[in-house]
Amino acid sequence: MKTIGKSVIRKEAEDKVTGKAKYTDDKYAGDLKVLHGRLLTSPYAHARIKSVNTEEAWKVRGVRAIITGEGLPLTGEEIRDRPPIAVDKVRYHGEVVALVVADDPVIAKRAVSYINVEYDLLPVVNSPTEAVQEGAPLVHENVEEYDRDEDIHPIPRSNISNQMKIRKGNMEQGWSLSEVTIESNFSFSPSDHTAMETRCAVCEIKADGYVHIETSSQAPFMVKKLISAYFDIEVGKIVVDTPLVGGGYGGKASVFQEILAYIASKAVGGRAVKVLHSREEDMITTPCHVGLDAQIKLGATRNGKLKAARIQYLFDGGAYSDKAVHLSRAGGVDCTGPYEIEHIWCDSYAVYTNHPFASPYRGFSHSEVLFAFERAMDILAQELNMDPLHLRRINAIGPGDLTPTQVRLNRSNVGNVVECIDRVKELSKWDEGKIEEINERIIRVKGAACLWKNSTIPPDSVSGAILTFNEDGSINLISGVVEIGTGTKTVLAQMLAERLKMDIDQIHVRMKVDTQTTPEHWKTVASRGTFMAGRALLEAANDVICQLKEITATVLRSRVDDLDIGDQRVFLKEDPSIGLHFKEIAHGYTYPNGNSIGGQIIGRGNYILQRMTYLDQETGRGNPGPEWSVGAQVVEVEFDRRDYTYRVVKLYTVLDVGKVLNFMAARGQVTGAASMGLAFASRETFLFDDLGRVLNPQLRTYRPIHYKEHPEYIVEFVETPHIDAPFGARGVGEQGLLGIPAALGNGLSTAANVSLNQLPLIPELIWRTKEGK
Amino acid sequence: MKLTSLMLNINGEDRTVIVRPADTLLEILREKLGLTGSKPGCLNGDCGACTVMVNQRTMKSCLMLGVEGEGTEITTIEGLKGTPIQQAFVENFAFQCGYCTPGFIMNSQALIQAHPNADDEKIKEWLESNICRCTGYEEIEKAIMSVIKNPGT
Ligand code: FES
Ligand code: FES
Repeated sequence: MKTIGKSVIRKEAEDKVTGKAKYTDDKYAGDLKVLHGRLLTSPYAHARIKSVNTEEAWKVRGVRAIITGEGLPLTGEEIRDRPPIAVDKVRYHGEVVALVVADDPVIAKRAVSYINVEYDLLPVVNSPTEAVQEGAPLVHENVEEYDRDEDIHPIPRSNISNQMKIRKGNMEQGWSLSEVTIESNFSFSPSDHTAMETRCAVCEIKADGYVHIETSSQAPFMVKKLISAYFDIEVGKIVVDTPLVGGGYGGKASVFQEILAYIASKAVGGRAVKVLHSREEDMITTPCHVGLDAQIKLGATRNGKLKAARIQYLFDGGAYSDKAVHLSRAGGVDCTGPYEIEHIWCDSYAVYTNHPFASPYRGFSHSEVLFAFERAMDILAQELNMDPLHLRRINAIGPGDLTPTQVRLNRSNVGNVVECIDRVKELSKWDEGKIEEINERIIRVKGAACLWKNSTIPPDSVSGAILTFNEDGSINLISGVVEIGTGTKTVLAQMLAERLKMDIDQIHVRMKVDTQTTPEHWKTVASRGTFMAGRALLEAANDVICQLKEITATVLRSRVDDLDIGDQRVFLKEDPSIGLHFKEIAHGYTYPNGNSIGGQIIGRGNYILQRMTYLDQETGRGNPGPEWSVGAQVVEVEFDRRDYTYRVVKLYTVLDVGKVLNFMAARGQVTGAASMGLAFASRETFLFDDLGRVLNPQLRTYRPIHYKEHPEYIVEFVETPHIDAPFGARGVGEQGLLGIPAALGNGLSTAANVSLNQLPLIPELIWRTKEGK
Repeated sequence: MKLTSLMLNINGEDRTVIVRPADTLLEILREKLGLTGSKPGCLNGDCGACTVMVNQRTMKSCLMLGVEGEGTEITTIEGLKGTPIQQAFVENFAFQCGYCTPGFIMNSQALIQAHPNADDEKIKEWLESNICRCTGYEEIEKAIMSVIKNPGT
């Protein structure tokens, strides 16, 4: 192959190194037509709103509107439980209490500071475990009354918005076959995505009722759908634009700032209003990364064959549901690691707490449940006195086996777990020992974890692609995938160049998405861009090939199947020197006498997921997604036995990606995801006080990994093709993150000789666990 | 709101702007001059996305008032054209979403100018003030190492 697999430079590269790349806020900088929305947010996590007094705020010159919560519809993608601006009570620290629209952001901010709100504090639900206790305060008093998707079943008078069940095999039998059992609890609090671009949206309502929204979103088509549903506007009258997005990692797949921008615009007679979140708001007011309390019991035979797993996941969805139900469901679907286990019982709950609410986060619940499950695997290995990678290897799931939702695996719909384990073992010199003594303080240890992921996106998710030709024979590629940094649109151009056997420089990629002229791509999430958009694109490519050949066949008086295509020419297979260049036919062909045939070549292609099913309510049985990508990771750490500090030295990742489409881009996705996983594992968490307030909503106190704090990355790819996917490629955008928290937990547990079951793994946690503080 | 007029030299051009005395350089660059390559990542000095050069030295433009910029030479990402570091970022895949990129490039460029043969320690000292959330930093490190000719000499 000529283009596929090559490290083609991303199409928007020049713009990104010259400051010319435009993100949402950039497009409106200095625009005097745009008003500015600023938020007043709640200082408490759970409190009754006694009064909101806006009198003083109105006195600030330049204020155009002050909006409070009454009269607005409830919102929520799966359960409509969230007032866009709080009414009666606030349910999390940072919740929007009022929205001021003014001529200038400074004026808006000043007015915000003059709004007076009186609160009565309410008892706080500060963890999902607390939330499910008998007599726990209720975050939502009447959860069963909310409008919701059909398959969601909240438990009345509780904090549980949904229970997802996996029932596979027979637990009694599973335990009776088990000679060894272990049981343990795991937990971590919510944290944040912290994309470098904070969320921003601008909304304008035109005189003819059309609603224009420009937003930094991973889901512009969902914005259109939801704004239409919430505010009862014809869906075709909403146009959503998304330019380049400055990082998403799942966080920008939720619809949030767009709702505020719409409300604000409506309040000022449709004028354009921008809502740009501050860093602090972007961390706690807008959706964050889910937390989890987990309980796992495993049973195995003496020689290590897993027989039974009983699992409970309590997902900390925070104050509002948004995607929490779906997140907890995905956690149930892949509730174990990539192992064949005959008897599985899992209850995965979405739970309300008084924490910031959760949106998807890179990996969609997988790094989270894998932390718990893969830690449990190491605990089991210790109990069995067995090498933890060996334990994983002898239980690895593969073709012929049944997943927790009872999908029968084959050679296409799952990657090769065993090969990933074997490669990572070799690369990390695993067999040379897990512990190495450096000096009397420092030891070098290794920890491992396996990973798998399917994407549980709706079974009817769609993607489309359009190709239009320019008169010089070059092609415009239009797809609904948002360029959030993954380089997917460049990969699509590579696929097209490969299929048409042409130079990639002759393919122009439209970077921005506009829901009126771009074919829909469900959401740019779940590592499904190359799969779904790629399938649509290949169909569009076939469409243009047919059109190009037909017109050429007419001109050359040949048969269509005697023609071939390459280097922007259509030619006779028999004699390639006879043919036409694209530029002669891309906008119709003109005979010497002026007669013309054809017209602009326009190709179309679409794709909808195939043969997915809903999951059975009682057993979880069903086909949740197209394929499981798998991998294995090893973390190598230098641990100081005196003060419990440590340094991650090396990070080995072996992933089965089906097919490498762009080597450097794929590697960058893996190391970037691994870096994010390392941050989640080792340092990042919201710190809550007893009142449920977040104490560190700033990049200074919530400190991401900085330059030179990264380990050495060793990445290798295995290629077991996914037959349905373009060129056989599997997802690669999230997988590098998934095993890291568990692998680090396993390594440090070995190093400190104590079971570390919480995140983040800071020295203080190790010290407390070790010394029982 | 009290306003004041200010003359700033930016990317070699004298520009007159009407601003509030409290406006930061970042706000002026973006809102008054349309130079949106400098990004507002935190407005608190924590992320480096807003990094520019003032008199050839690196500066977080969110931490400096516009009025302090009078009489200085300010360079933003828009003022860098065809430098080796920009090319190195492209070739080494040193960005994904690109939002942190202008800040990293400005910081790197200032470093290269001040310390053309910087060693690892020096590079770290300079670049650890910027955050990239997409990459694992490895590619950024490669990019910068590729333009530092003789590290540590
Ligand atoms: S915006 Fe200036 S350091 Fe973050
Ligand atoms: S490239 Fe996205 S933050 Fe650096």
